[in-house]
Amino acid sequence: MQATRDFSHYVRHLGSGLSHIDLAVEGVSCAGCMSKIERGLSALPDVTLARVNLTDRRVALEWKEGTLDPARFIDRLAELGYKAYPFEPVRAEAVETEQASFLLRCLGVAAFAAMNVMMLSIPVWSGNVTDMIPEQRDFFHWLSALIALPAVAYSGRPFFGSALRALQARSTNMDVPISIGIVLALAMSVMETIHHAEHAYFDAALMLLAFLLAGRYLDQSMRRKTRAVAGNLAALKAETATKFVGADEISVVPIAAVQAGDIVLLRPGERSAVDGSVTEGQSKIDQSLITGETLPVKAGPGTAVYAGTLNLSGALRVRVAAASEGTLLAEISRLLENAVQARSRYVQLADRASRLYAPVVHAAALLTMLGWAAYGATWHDAIVTAISVLIITCPCALGLAIPAVQTVVSGAMFRAGVLLNSGDAIERLAAVDRVVFDKTGTLTLPELDVTNAADIPQEVFELAGRLALASHHPVAAAVARAAGARTPLSGIEEVAGQGVRGFVKGQEVRLGRPSFCGADQIANEILWRDPEASVVAFRHGETRHAFAVRQRLRLDAASAIAVLRKAGIEVEILSGDREPAVCHAAQSLGILEWRAGVTPADKIARIDELKRQGAKVLMVGDGMNDAPALAAAHVSMSPVSATHLSQATADLVFLGDRLAPVVAAIGFSRKALRLMRQNLWLAAGYNLFAVPLAIAGLATPLVAAAAMSGSSLLVILNALRAHRGAKGFG
Amino acid sequence: MEVLVFLVPLALTLGLIGLMGFLWSLKSGQYDDLEGAGWRAIADEEPNRD
Repeated sequence: MQATRDFSHYVRHLGSGLSHIDLAVEGVSCAGCMSKIERGLSALPDVTLARVNLTDRRVALEWKEGTLDPARFIDRLAELGYKAYPFEPVRAEAVETEQASFLLRCLGVAAFAAMNVMMLSIPVWSGNVTDMIPEQRDFFHWLSALIALPAVAYSGRPFFGSALRALQARSTNMDVPISIGIVLALAMSVMETIHHAEHAYFDAALMLLAFLLAGRYLDQSMRRKTRAVAGNLAALKAETATKFVGADEISVVPIAAVQAGDIVLLRPGERSAVDGSVTEGQSKIDQSLITGETLPVKAGPGTAVYAGTLNLSGALRVRVAAASEGTLLAEISRLLENAVQARSRYVQLADRASRLYAPVVHAAALLTMLGWAAYGATWHDAIVTAISVLIITCPCALGLAIPAVQTVVSGAMFRAGVLLNSGDAIERLAAVDRVVFDKTGTLTLPELDVTNAADIPQEVFELAGRLALASHHPVAAAVARAAGARTPLSGIEEVAGQGVRGFVKGQEVRLGRPSFCGADQIANEILWRDPEASVVAFRHGETRHAFAVRQRLRLDAASAIAVLRKAGIEVEILSGDREPAVCHAAQSLGILEWRAGVTPADKIARIDELKRQGAKVLMVGDGMNDAPALAAAHVSMSPVSATHLSQATADLVFLGDRLAPVVAAIGFSRKALRLMRQNLWLAAGYNLFAVPLAIAGLATPLVAAAAMSGSSLLVILNALRAHRGAKGFG
Repeated sequence: MEVLVFLVPLALTLGLIGLMGFLWSLKSGQYDDLEGAGWRAIADEEPNRD
């Protein structure tokens, strides 16, 4: 049965007789790749557009409708040496892109207006001390108003909208004092202009807006970049299923095109992308991603399989179930829902600061007004002074203090291999004092590995690896991977349930069960030392070798855990796997607290218990059984190999085969929190200095402009220090 | 001071042209791929223009 690939699900029809597809491409990293791919694809007949986006690592393709099969592009890219996957833009990403361009438009307008108003303000400032006649000054003020009012109405929308939403929900956020400050500053300036007064604050209001928008935009664009990478990773993880489209006809389709009731084929060595039950075939399956249990389970007609299940030996036909049918899955979804609801709404540092800040500032302005009125000033002067207090305290530095640090830190984390899923994860991660690890796939690598590679001669290993390429069995695949084999041997025959065999230079080679290769004795020696391992034997003529294959701990797991413990962070393991396996891992990592055979409900219970003891828990897990615990924990992390459900639930996702990103993320977030606090103090210090000036009635527009830009630059410069990483932990 | 009659409109017009240019470049997707755009500028030949 040869499967055809069906990518029609991803193709968009543009009208005007053109079709469009987006592909995520692996390994595009330089200008050379870019022109190579574009030339290579444009050379295909009927292709009208082939454009690489180097930032997002994607290719957009358009061609005349009906002339080409999208699979052709993927083959062409493979010929050029790039792995490509069809890509479906996620809605969340489209929304972010839309928002980014909106912010950039607002920023453009605000910056344009700020510069022009500043151009008009400077003559006024210098004219006030020389010889400008009042009519000229009024003219310049009116002109400023003409520019400033529409510009603020346009580019202030992100702040006004968010402030209104907060007020409607009867709460407050940073945007409320910002909006009040801007609106009052403009209103006062217009009134002052009408009354031919000396000072107007159009420039200050616009500059504030431009600074804040720049901060927002940078924050947003960093998040967008992270999301693009996460989207590509989702596309690269082969989310396809082999579906029966006829009695014996199969087609590889994207998972989104599979519906309940469809029959899909699950070959040995494949991971199921669907939930369902077996209708035909006998095999052993590995459910470790779902339950954490590493020993294979027998599967036959009626056995339930879940997305993430690895099929080990025989081909299975699986009837796809609706999501709610699987009992385990339904149970996990229910737990997950509860955990998400129970997750206390975390109040971000910025909002906590603004809750303190807004009443203080507004009270100070009110007192200023009353004080001046009592002191004998006219009401007009008293109000003007009060508003200048609001303008000068307008949280320019405060509004930038946190986004600036977040932008720099999420960029630094991104380079360290950590992607942020949620905006406030940095703050929550900084508070962590206990890390709970899942074992299978988190402390261990998601794929099997050969543990006794050092005992086997190099040339034997290489030959065995090439032979192993002929088999689909995951244990054989591990041998091939460990040997770095690329070129398969020819004329290899598979003996069902036993292994593979063939001839090299007239000598027979075999790879498979120990009995198939006559290597029982060597195999038993390995099993005696390491009962958890799977053994695959290799025979070349009369020489026999055995490979011990097992899930291996991540290379730097021990050192990463040592670093965490040294920093005073407690570490424990919660695993669904059996006791000996968990115990072995815990011992070799020096982890004293571990629990084995834990169900998803038990995991939540344990995390709740820790919460009650006052611990701030970071849960790191990858399996479906971890998802509820990930949601219940204070903050959570998943490796990129995790199941979809866990990855969507986790606050952060880390890339690669090492645990170092987990440690780095905690270090970065602690440094970030420190800098955020510092920035808030800097902003407060600035206010302590500037507010008395304003209360005394000395805050001219020139002073306001200088103070605001000075304090903004200060917090931005301080935020840049986050860049330099987290070597000093804690 | 009559020179203001020219200078002010001139300054505003220049500013507006700049703003229009920016909005146009944003709309035509020139900020979608900042990394790639940098490399395209120094590529030997424009690989694909249709």
